[in-house]
Amino acid sequence: MKMKTRIYSVLVENRSGVLCKVAGLFSRRCFNIDSLAVGETDDPAVSCMTIVSSGDERTIEQIEKQLNKKLDVIKVKTFSEQQCITRELMLIKVKYNKNNRREILEVCESMNSVEIVDMSKHFMMLQICDAPERVRSLITLLETISIVEVARTGTLALSKCGENDEAK
Amino acid sequence: MIGADAIIKCLEAEGVTTVFGYPGVAICPFYNSILESEIRTVLIRTEQNAAHAASGMARMTNRPGVCAVTSGPGATNVITGIATAFADSIPLVCITGQVNSELLGSDVFQEADITGAVESFVKYSYLVKNANDIPRIFKEAFHIANTGRKGPVLIDIPIDIQNGSVSKFKYPEEVFLRTYKPTVKGHAVQIKKVIRELEKAKRPIICAGGGVLLSQAEGELRSFAEQHKVPVVSTMMGIGVMPTDHPLYFGMVGNNGKPCANRAMNESDLLIMVGARVADRAVSQPDLITRDKVLVHIDVDPAEIGKNAGPTIPLVGDAKHIFSDFAKEEFVCCCDEWLQTLEQYRMNMVPRRSPNPDFVDPAAFITRLSERMAENGVYVADVGQNQIWSCGYARVKEGKFLTSGGMGTMGYSIPAAMGAKAAAPDRQVVAVCGDGSFQMSMMELATMRQHDIPVKIVVLKNHYLGMVREYQHYTYKDHYSVVDLSGSPDLEKLAEAYGIPFLRLETMENCDETINEFLRGDRSVLLECLIDPMDLVK
Repeated sequence: MKMKTRIYSVLVENRSGVLCKVAGLFSRRCFNIDSLAVGETDDPAVSCMTIVSSGDERTIEQIEKQLNKKLDVIKVKTFSEQQCITRELMLIKVKYNKNNRREILEVCESMNSVEIVDMSKHFMMLQICDAPERVRSLITLLETISIVEVARTGTLALSKCGENDEAK
Repeated sequence: MIGADAIIKCLEAEGVTTVFGYPGVAICPFYNSILESEIRTVLIRTEQNAAHAASGMARMTNRPGVCAVTSGPGATNVITGIATAFADSIPLVCITGQVNSELLGSDVFQEADITGAVESFVKYSYLVKNANDIPRIFKEAFHIANTGRKGPVLIDIPIDIQNGSVSKFKYPEEVFLRTYKPTVKGHAVQIKKVIRELEKAKRPIICAGGGVLLSQAEGELRSFAEQHKVPVVSTMMGIGVMPTDHPLYFGMVGNNGKPCANRAMNESDLLIMVGARVADRAVSQPDLITRDKVLVHIDVDPAEIGKNAGPTIPLVGDAKHIFSDFAKEEFVCCCDEWLQTLEQYRMNMVPRRSPNPDFVDPAAFITRLSERMAENGVYVADVGQNQIWSCGYARVKEGKFLTSGGMGTMGYSIPAAMGAKAAAPDRQVVAVCGDGSFQMSMMELATMRQHDIPVKIVVLKNHYLGMVREYQHYTYKDHYSVVDLSGSPDLEKLAEAYGIPFLRLETMENCDETINEFLRGDRSVLLECLIDPMDLVK
């Protein structure tokens, strides 16, 4: 069976308990959640959940159908990674000293989407907002130096503008 | 007007006649207000059975059955009944009392997060936070429960909301749910495709599931099959779509089904699955029903199509609409040869039983019982060996055959039969259970007496949890574990204690006379049939 990654952009009623219902659906039916990001849309009554999942053809289809069955789900859009722009935000705290400071700054420079957002005598907080695979590569680069803690938003995605042109 | 009064008004507006339930403090405002109404209340003896009784009622009336229980243990007890209804897509509206809304989340006495607990067994649930929302929520709940793929809806109502004031009661005429618009009408292109396949097919067959009964499409399906001479098989939940003796009906499929029905399904070149989930018990090898044949899958729930078997032609919609649309199409389907083959299978593939003459043969007994039942009688089968015998040997005429198919919940038959009888007092209702399943619901004999709901009960007694014993016989070579029912009560004394007439059948001698006496009059009777403890369904 061929595993594929699929991105679901799920518009839901912005009510208490809805996140639990959607997450519960995934666990009950043994669907994977690789990442989940939730936030209000321009309409405060509607939230958008961006779910990255993977599975074979049949699972991918079932996830969409089961999501559509939930009464709090307004609309489900699904894309392959190629059909959308994906972004993830990560804050990462590292411990620095005079020996590794240069190295950290070099990493920041080499990936132009990284910024230093906070700093103290021994610690530095970096922010990256980029495609998920670049966020992952920043972790790999800093792993050997000294990561203290990490917070990530999970993947956000919107379909490419060209898709809207085609729909028009 | 308070919230509880508003709830009653909503139930009246929905035409609810009966509420099955069990009170407790958290649902007392509701049970106080219901005294002012014509709605009948039935005090069930354990909450699980309130949901089963509501299920029996729903299956007779095609309207959501209603039960009302208290918070905490009352609510958690009802879960198995809700899950049973969910698995068979039976419409229910379950009302649970809840602790004061200000105390929610603080783990006070009899607080349980019931909406959280039932999430995977309900079509939808509500926690009412404002008494003024009651009319809208009830309108939505009844609509959701009984449209699309039907199912249970739970409404959790804190006691302060039941006592809270409702400023102006107005029951909405319509629902506005932007997220819920089930597709009922089949796509015209797909319908045409099915008809083209029917024209081409040499060996077509229809497999009818419970969805056909839920959409009340029996008549449409039957006349379609008759007009084009298309044979029909059914799943367990589809028993009753065709009368058992109909020449075009070849029985139930599945691992407990009729060999000729399974063979017919497997050898067909066009299989029209309608209102069936293609679950493991009906179709143990989904690849068999897609190989070398065209599979048409009709279901109102798009998620069922392609879940277990990939169809050639998916067709989303309600069975009644779709078969009405099929009826408008003109085409010729030639399958006389196929019907002759199937008739051969029917005659030659009869499973042979060698019943022990010292006991009642459950197969022969069930055939004779169902033959003698009223034309529109309701046969309610429990779960266990008794269910498999009932499915295999009961003759359904114009009546109903009810059972718990998806969940296989033991103890379903007696409360469901009570619900059916309460819904249709002029019809004969017979519950057939084993001695294991009987003991899961025997407390309801009191309910039948108290509320004068004269259900007839057959207990096929073999002193074992027979279905599990049979499994252990084959799988563990008679290494029996926890299946011996020693210690069961003397049913004659039990019947006497409840004031219910009792009959016993020990062998097939006097079978017909005993059945006649059992079925005589509109009264409860408990009939005990002694079955060979070592009898097997296979």
